[in-house]
Amino acid sequence: MVDLTCRELIEFLGEYFEGGLPSENRAVFEAHIGICPPCKAYLENYRDTVDLVSGACEDLEASVPEEVPEALVQAILKARKAASRP
Amino acid sequence: MTDSTSAASQTQAEKVFVEALRKGDEAAYERLVRTYVGPLQSVARRYLRNEEDARDVVQDAFASVVRSIDRFEGESKLSTWLHRIVVNAALMKLRTQRRKPEESIDDLLPGFLEDGHQREPASEWAQSASRALERKEIRERVRDSIGQLPEGYRMVLMLRDMDGYDTDQTAELLGIQRGAVKTRLHRARQALRGLLDPHMRDEVA
Repeated sequence: MVDLTCRELIEFLGEYFEGGLPSENRAVFEAHIGICPPCKAYLENYRDTVDLVSGACEDLEASVPEEVPEALVQAILKARKAASRP
Repeated sequence: MTDSTSAASQTQAEKVFVEALRKGDEAAYERLVRTYVGPLQSVARRYLRNEEDARDVVQDAFASVVRSIDRFEGESKLSTWLHRIVVNAALMKLRTQRRKPEESIDDLLPGFLEDGHQREPASEWAQSASRALERKEIRERVRDSIGQLPEGYRMVLMLRDMDGYDTDQTAELLGIQRGAVKTRLHRARQALRGLLDPHMRDEVA
């Protein structure tokens, strides 16, 4: 990897982000980021996107006892009793 | 899914609880259901996007817990184990339903000029992810945008970036190669970046 276009940099971005780029290629990648504001912005947007995905459902999946779906609980308990009958 | 509090730190209380489940203690089972049914239903909804299917999957998952609790060895937390059972059941359900060919993601990927420059040069977003996530409308926007991704990409993105499964685990859960996981993940993130860009550039979104 001698030099990169923006297109090539964005192709390699996934590997870079996951720490999978060999050090020599990483240096070329980072040199491009250093002189190309749109690619620097793209990298930051990409990182933020990953963080947004990670946090987007946390509020829905926290355990909230008062929101237990009672009908589903009863269906599950009933199914278990039916299955355990001889 | 990485579980930093694995094997060694399974709490004594959880061991006692799991033992009660193994013995068929009905009160313990009801407590298990009441504790986890809400969060697991949310997980199932994310994968299936159909209320009835999500309910079926959660119900099947709890039935599976009864059958397989003897095989739970405490290598992960109980919640992690339950999460994987539900994800597996949801993916299985999707496999049985899949009828139409995979949609293309190409229209959602960034465009480039002939000289390799970005067709629409990216610019900084007005707010950080952590700041944006404080707002309900942004969280909903992110979830809606994830919902616009073709299914094969949406699954990889959720398994890797939302549920914390690693590349190998994701490949195993989906029955695809590691390389395909990496490629789909990168494309899914790029597509999502493009969908969120107009909202994240704008401070008031």
